[in-house]
Amino acid sequence: MDSLYLLIPLSVLLVLAILVGLWWAVDRGQFEDLEHEAERILRDD
Amino acid sequence: MNQTDQAVYTDTVVRQFSIMAVVWGVVGMLVGVVIASQLAWPELNFGISWLTYGRLRPLHTNAVIFAFGGSALFATSYYVVQRTCHTALFLPKLAAVTFWGWQLVILAAAISLPLGYTQGKEYAELEWPIDILIAVVWVSYAIVFFGTLGIRKVKHIYVANWFFGAFIIAVALLHIVNSAAIPAGWMKSYSAYAGAQDAMIQWWYGHNAVGFFLTAGFLGMMYYFIPKQVERPVYSYRLSIVHFWALIFTYMWAGPHHLHYTALPDWTQSLGMVFSLVLLAPSWGGMINGIMTLSGAWHKLRDDPVLRFLIVSLSFYGMSTFEGPMMAIKTVNALSHYTDWTVGHVHSGALGWVGLVSMGCLYFLVPKLFSQKKMYSVPAIELHFWLATIGIVLYIAAMWIAGVMQGLMWRAINEDGTLTYTFVESVKATYPFYVIRFAGGLLYLAGMLIMLWNVIKTALQGEAPLVSIPAPAHA
Repeated sequence: MDSLYLLIPLSVLLVLAILVGLWWAVDRGQFEDLEHEAERILRDD
Repeated sequence: MNQTDQAVYTDTVVRQFSIMAVVWGVVGMLVGVVIASQLAWPELNFGISWLTYGRLRPLHTNAVIFAFGGSALFATSYYVVQRTCHTALFLPKLAAVTFWGWQLVILAAAISLPLGYTQGKEYAELEWPIDILIAVVWVSYAIVFFGTLGIRKVKHIYVANWFFGAFIIAVALLHIVNSAAIPAGWMKSYSAYAGAQDAMIQWWYGHNAVGFFLTAGFLGMMYYFIPKQVERPVYSYRLSIVHFWALIFTYMWAGPHHLHYTALPDWTQSLGMVFSLVLLAPSWGGMINGIMTLSGAWHKLRDDPVLRFLIVSLSFYGMSTFEGPMMAIKTVNALSHYTDWTVGHVHSGALGWVGLVSMGCLYFLVPKLFSQKKMYSVPAIELHFWLATIGIVLYIAAMWIAGVMQGLMWRAINEDGTLTYTFVESVKATYPFYVIRFAGGLLYLAGMLIMLWNVIKTALQGEAPLVSIPAPAHA
């Protein structure tokens, strides 16, 4: 069970990284105006 | 011809990967049919060591997952990221390196596996020098893909790219951790892990290979190509974002369901079981989203066989992501583990979801890549669809019956507590189902051969276009 001393801190770091990614996405407006974004790909080429 | 230096999409590498996806599909499925026939008729190894089942089986799994599936993922992710970002690929020469590097990996697998070089880890059999090559190609892929997102002209990152991105990052993590090994010769190594720990890491890898390589990556494909083929936006863009985050979080924990009733600690088994059950929700979120995109356009299914491939693939996806959580329940697993039910489940996901969605997306993509309005023969797409679907149904039905039968025979006990059946009796009873499965696989392969013919004819009558990158409507 010694591996848990590595695995738990590593997992916490990973979760933090995911939360940072999520915060970045929200902050940069990735989740605004979703209806138009869904349709955008249909207007290309 | 306008005067400005119009930028064009980097589609050469997309074309290359698309063609090779179909070629490797035929190869991988052919090996599958060979090993299926060997299970029914073992003399079909002709006494030759490199034709034996034990050596050909990993060749089959690696070819269909990484050569076929991998090439389809490279092709579609490179296509989608460019179209949705309104930019050519970042470092196109590096993208070319990923193509040739990946083909080299496949070639190395095709040679080393039949020769018996193996690390003995499922879907991670390739020996350490090839593992290093895979890591190099994969890091290059990540640089190209994320670099392209970085230079995008559209602020929003379309949902398909989130799925592709998660797939690329997760596979990098999985590959590097699980392939850690101590070399003991040029083509020999020992796992950095041992015992129950090694088993856990292997099946954390194995299940996430399914969850990220075979699911997240292909959901990325689905989220672009279904709306494009139906000419309707994703049913609920909000749902696509929510189920994305739920899916990538939950999948990481499902691995222990491969190790129920083994020496793995009970708490780990229970954890895997619970998260596998939870996984049903985000998986079905994706299925519903894709299928309901046809809202108001169901009539298109009548006349469009490409759409049929895409929608039926989602039906099989829904089926498999229901079956999987059920099989992850310990009491159910006590019956299904080590039986052919597991094989049936794998193939309903592999042939039904991964195979059909790849075929649908490639049938959309190939005409575009060769300046054609449609594939050379649309009736051939129709024929392929029916051969594939009937093949799948034969395959999985045979394996369900065989699997449940095996599980029941193995646990049957006489009144005095002795086993009712010997193991070899269950093998004998399985024989007719191995024959039916072989027939199902043969039909599926036949469909793939028709696809190869159709793709070659389409490529020969067309030409590679230079596609100008349109300005985004409003960034």
